[in-house]
Amino acid sequence: MAGDLFSYLYQFADVFAFLILASAGLAIVFGMMGVINMAHGEFIMCGAYVTVGMSRLGLPLVLAQLCGAGAAGLAGVLVELLIVRRFYDRPADTLLATWGLSLIVTQGTVLVLGSTLQGIGTPPGSFTVGDYSFSTYRMELFAASVLVLAFVYFVFMCTSFGVLARATMQHAPMARALGVRINWIYALSFGLGTGLAGLCGGLYAPTMSLIPTMGSSFVVESFVTVVIGGANVLLGTAPAGVLLAIIRTGLNAWHGQVVGQIGMLVAVILVIRVLPDGITGWVNKRLR
Amino acid sequence: MTLRSALLGAVASLLCISAALAADPIKVGLIEDISGDFAAIGLPKLHGSLLAVDEINKAGGVLGRPLALTHLDPQGDNARYQEFARRLIDRDKVDVLIGGITSASREAIRPIVDKGDTPYFYTNQYEGGVCDANEFSVGAIPEQQFSTLIPYMVKKFGPKSYVVAADYNFGQLSAEWNRSILKQPDVKGTVVGEEFIPLGVSQFAQTIQNIQKVKPDWLLTINVGDAQDSFFEQAAAAKLNLPMASSIKIMLGFEHKRFKPPALNNMHAAANWFEELNTPPAEDFKKRWHAMYPNEPYINDMGYNAYVALYLYKAMAEKAHSTKLAELRKSIADGGMCVDAPEGRICLDPKNQHMSHHMYLLSVDGKHDVHIEQDFGVIQPYWLTQIGCDLTKDNPQEQYSPDNLPQK
Repeated sequence: MAGDLFSYLYQFADVFAFLILASAGLAIVFGMMGVINMAHGEFIMCGAYVTVGMSRLGLPLVLAQLCGAGAAGLAGVLVELLIVRRFYDRPADTLLATWGLSLIVTQGTVLVLGSTLQGIGTPPGSFTVGDYSFSTYRMELFAASVLVLAFVYFVFMCTSFGVLARATMQHAPMARALGVRINWIYALSFGLGTGLAGLCGGLYAPTMSLIPTMGSSFVVESFVTVVIGGANVLLGTAPAGVLLAIIRTGLNAWHGQVVGQIGMLVAVILVIRVLPDGITGWVNKRLR
Repeated sequence: MTLRSALLGAVASLLCISAALAADPIKVGLIEDISGDFAAIGLPKLHGSLLAVDEINKAGGVLGRPLALTHLDPQGDNARYQEFARRLIDRDKVDVLIGGITSASREAIRPIVDKGDTPYFYTNQYEGGVCDANEFSVGAIPEQQFSTLIPYMVKKFGPKSYVVAADYNFGQLSAEWNRSILKQPDVKGTVVGEEFIPLGVSQFAQTIQNIQKVKPDWLLTINVGDAQDSFFEQAAAAKLNLPMASSIKIMLGFEHKRFKPPALNNMHAAANWFEELNTPPAEDFKKRWHAMYPNEPYINDMGYNAYVALYLYKAMAEKAHSTKLAELRKSIADGGMCVDAPEGRICLDPKNQHMSHHMYLLSVDGKHDVHIEQDFGVIQPYWLTQIGCDLTKDNPQEQYSPDNLPQK
């Protein structure tokens, strides 16, 4: 009995961690900045591959994962400078440009690094509750997802960069008039978002097949979470993660993964219909 | 230019044309995934085909004509499979079509192949049952894989099985085979749970818990694709520790090379080819392969079958003195159409157009070393003939399964 109850909580935590880690970066890039980044999955893959490479070189896993996040962040800043910057007034074209980038990166990785890498193995450690045994690492992923939310809150609410970034997202011409270097704010915000995507890749790298298209298994979930959440990472993405995790865990347990996936997509359709601005919009209306 | 030199030129160019006509290449159309979710297991198929074409052309080609290979990469997309099959058959007018990775892709292009008279070779192991005169199946089928593997698992580990399968025709029909074989009186096993997973899913915490809840004796893992392979890493991390069996792991997906030990510990599989096979012809074949592709992570059974398929085609065409489907089928009618493949001498059954195979039962240990548990010898493809498929008499172009037998 205790086993079943814990198992449910564990499943919830697992799905929640997946949704939050997959979507935290996108929430900044797409939710706040409004850039439809179709290459989100490739930044996740970049983080995973760098993590695996660093860990092969003998770096401890946590440091390797931070390297993965850093590499994806750096790549993000470059992509912003070279590509995304030119499309801020053409959002639909960003979609095409980043999609093209995603195709180039995936196929480029196949050509350069081959179609698969050997895994590094999940850190050992498991525990038993009732009839069930659980992997400790999945609990660490949950802790990481909470830490990521706290980190994003800290950056955007407690640092001067956060204030400038929020001002830029809200009204860029006014922010510029007040002396904010909005080009740099955009580049850094984009890099922060892709860095979080890379962190997600690094965190999941030990538990997955390492293939150039590995990011694509995160993309649907991340867009769904951000669309439901709306523009604000904390007010929107976090509750969206909770909501979707409850729906998905319940349906998964009831009738398997197919139903879980369908349920999640139905939830998106309903939420967009009822709350066009996502949970953020709803919360903001209440607060006013 | 004088009249004489112009005449000489004309004669010379005519000679060139007729020489080219004599050695007009045989067009081989190949559709294999080398990008997308099946890239890792699809690339060896392309390599196997290229190696066979290279060897055959160096040895004088087929019927004195070189093979000209056209490869298209459908990237795991079944709509592209159909588009490319039409392009190769209708526009490029290939003499033979080879390829297809999932059973969904094969069933997507089979109606296109069936409209014409292009011979089609499917080179994967699969869930069996296709009774179609246009198709020649080179891979292993359930009577060679499941009929050996499942009784072995029940005998060694116990009757209760749990199935983790990909949610499309291959997974569904393989699960059906498992149920059907477990019901046999000399096997007496049960299915305590079945779970069908959509392709592309990579998170399995819930599945692992469902398995622990019903406590099976062993797992049948017929999950497909690189994303779904994440199951093994996650199950090992959660200390699931159950014996596993599969018709597609190890020799096909080389998971034991891709995941860190001991994720694939206690996996069992029935295979006609695996790179660890060390008979002299197998060693010779591996040496030639690695000479051409030194960076190949693993020569999987599909790549090996793709290689054998071209030699089978060569043997058929040379016996028939033709590349036409009707003539090729006449050449196999006496049942003597055999090739000396690296696994040994294997033959094409004229009634159901599937191959006999030398089957082994493999197991993987905690260090990911592969052991041969049992050598079954050569097993004929008997099931389709048993249920009444006889392509020498009629051509239903159907796929049958234990629950979907031909109407008598």
